[in-house]
Amino acid sequence: MRILVCVKRVPAPGAKIVLTPDAQDIDASLLGFAVSPHEECAVEEAVQIVEREGGSVTVMTLGPPEAEEQLRSAVAVGATSVVLLPSDIPDWDPVSTSTALVSAISRLEDEEAPFDLILFGNESADSGGYQVGIRVARSLGRPMVTGIKGIDTEGDSVAARRETPSGWEVYRLPLPAIVGVKEGINLPRYPTLKGRMAARRAPVATMEPAESASGQSKVMLMTPPDAGSAVEILGEGPETAPAIVDIMEGLGLV
Amino acid sequence: MSTFLYLVEHDRGRIDETATGGMTGARLLAERTGSELHAVAIGAGAEAAADRLAAYGAEQVHLVSHDLLTDYGPDAWAESLFQLAGSVGAGAVIATGTDRGNEVMAQVGARADLAMVANCLEIEPDGDDWLMTRVRWGGSLHERARLSAPVKLVTLAPHSTDAAPSDQPAAGIVSGFTPDLSEADAVTIVVDRVTVSEGITLATAPVVVSGGRGMGSAEAFDIIEELADLLGGAVGCSRVVTNNGWKNHKFQVGQTGTVVAPDLYIACGISGAIQHWVGMMNAKNVLAINIDRDAPMVTKADWAVIADLHQVVPAISAEITRRRTLAAESG
Ligand SMILES: Cc1cc2nc3c(=O)[nH]c(=O)nc-3n(C[C@H](O)[C@H](O)[C@H](O)COP(=O)(O)OP(=O)(O)OC[C@H]3O[C@@H](n4cnc5c(N)ncnc54)[C@H](O)[C@@H]3O)c2cc1C
Ligand SMILES: Nc1ncnc2c1ncn2[C@@H]1O[C@H](COP(=O)(O)O)[C@@H](O)[C@H]1O
Repeated sequence: MRILVCVKRVPAPGAKIVLTPDAQDIDASLLGFAVSPHEECAVEEAVQIVEREGGSVTVMTLGPPEAEEQLRSAVAVGATSVVLLPSDIPDWDPVSTSTALVSAISRLEDEEAPFDLILFGNESADSGGYQVGIRVARSLGRPMVTGIKGIDTEGDSVAARRETPSGWEVYRLPLPAIVGVKEGINLPRYPTLKGRMAARRAPVATMEPAESASGQSKVMLMTPPDAGSAVEILGEGPETAPAIVDIMEGLGLV
Repeated sequence: MSTFLYLVEHDRGRIDETATGGMTGARLLAERTGSELHAVAIGAGAEAAADRLAAYGAEQVHLVSHDLLTDYGPDAWAESLFQLAGSVGAGAVIATGTDRGNEVMAQVGARADLAMVANCLEIEPDGDDWLMTRVRWGGSLHERARLSAPVKLVTLAPHSTDAAPSDQPAAGIVSGFTPDLSEADAVTIVVDRVTVSEGITLATAPVVVSGGRGMGSAEAFDIIEELADLLGGAVGCSRVVTNNGWKNHKFQVGQTGTVVAPDLYIACGISGAIQHWVGMMNAKNVLAINIDRDAPMVTKADWAVIADLHQVVPAISAEITRRRTLAAESG
């Protein structure tokens, strides 16, 4: 199976998000970066499918040149090849992102062969637009479902499972298909030493991203007001248990 | 006068607070722009919801039916909504930012080749544009965005507007709509359902007892489970716990896990990273058990114990059991 996974590089903030003075971005000067969690699971899922059935996993991202780091981390856990669409424009909107991805996907498919399966995250961790994968699917004329926490390959189709409050709903998509996955579909592996070595040597293919316009534009970012609570320290050991249970009784929980 | 469509999610005609809150948000927006609000319900049994939808401001209720609309399917739903929007000349199509709402609206956006802005908290008209505040980072950040489009496509963040019926109930004229669907739209329809019955679910439990890296091992969760059982609550955990394989992801609270809003959230050995915090910030009360006085979870909690959770948690369980035994003996 020939699989493509689209991932996004996002900052990994700690207890609080700090904005740049112009409020256009997160101040990431002191932060590490990660692959958005749903997409980390998408990479793992693709690698597991290929381990079972053979094939290849290509991982692609549109982002700053530094996003090469996230692509290499995908190689370290089993991706076959990686593609970077480098751009210095921060924050591409969803329409523009999907246009750039579609044009790159079409080129990769023309050069080699169509992808049987393309995986996206359910939503990107930072901008959370809930739509890039769906727009790509529509442009390519392929079926897509999102929110997926289970994929079974069945010959020339995949069964995809989505969690509902009461259980699961199941979709069956003919290949080629596109699936948006959620964290929890699997437990991503840690890279091995061998994986890390492969990652360092892996060639990163680059392609110029195609640009387009859309009606959505960012004005500024804002940190929501802090509820602000004055914590009451109950104590420093197990002898606080009666005070805690008093509180629970006060809340009507015991 | 322009028409706004609101996509109602219902279960055979039963609508919950997510839908009535969404209707309320959509109605306030329609009022502000001098537009008329219509509700759209797809799937069997929707007529039962018509009166309530009128009470929440629906001038018309469009009941969408088609032989292919056997169950939920993003393409079939989006294609139906897209066609209906065209036939009424809608100026905006609105849904609530649930899994389905976001998925269907993104599909509508892709069909219309128009922007779709997800999870809006507030929307103000600005000339022909809309200015909105929307959710980013699962709620730990907000974005001010501008939308310029001939037809506005948005989802409203769940629970961003409290449900309130209209002062004057609207007409709620019920009409049927049969979209033109093909087999291609039916490819992504649900083909099977599996019901899993679980006792107390994390999302709705009145108490959540949650463990983080400070637990140290999978086995240590025994003391968390014991306390949760005594309180009739659910067990939660942080992403470090899931990544370490100590607990299944279904227990994870946070941006990429479950969002909870219990009466009491007990955070044991959890530092309070923003991505965890957004998953439990709507808890009415927070108790932190942590060895670090300066951990964000401690400084943001209502109560905290600065101590080793491995000693404190069993002591709480023992105290609850002691009081219950006493009460049983004297009662
Ligand atoms: C995009 C993105 C999404 C994410 N989504 C989520 C999410 O959904 N949910 C989530 O939880 N995280 C999420 N994370 C991860 C998050 O950033 C943190 O890494 C994680 O929440 C930290 O888990 P923790 O508090 O258990 O561990 P740590 O941050 O390591 O904290 C451990 C705490 O335990 C205390 N401790 C240690 N020993 C003891 C002891 N014996 N007794 C008492 N206290 C003790 C320490 O003082 C410390 O405060 C996400 C990250 C990113 C980048
Ligand atoms: N810049 C990007 N590069 C590659 N994939 C992306 C990018 N932005 C978004 N995606 C993919 O699209 C999914 C949905 O993103 P969004 O619509 O922003 O929520 C993400 O989970 C990624 O899989």
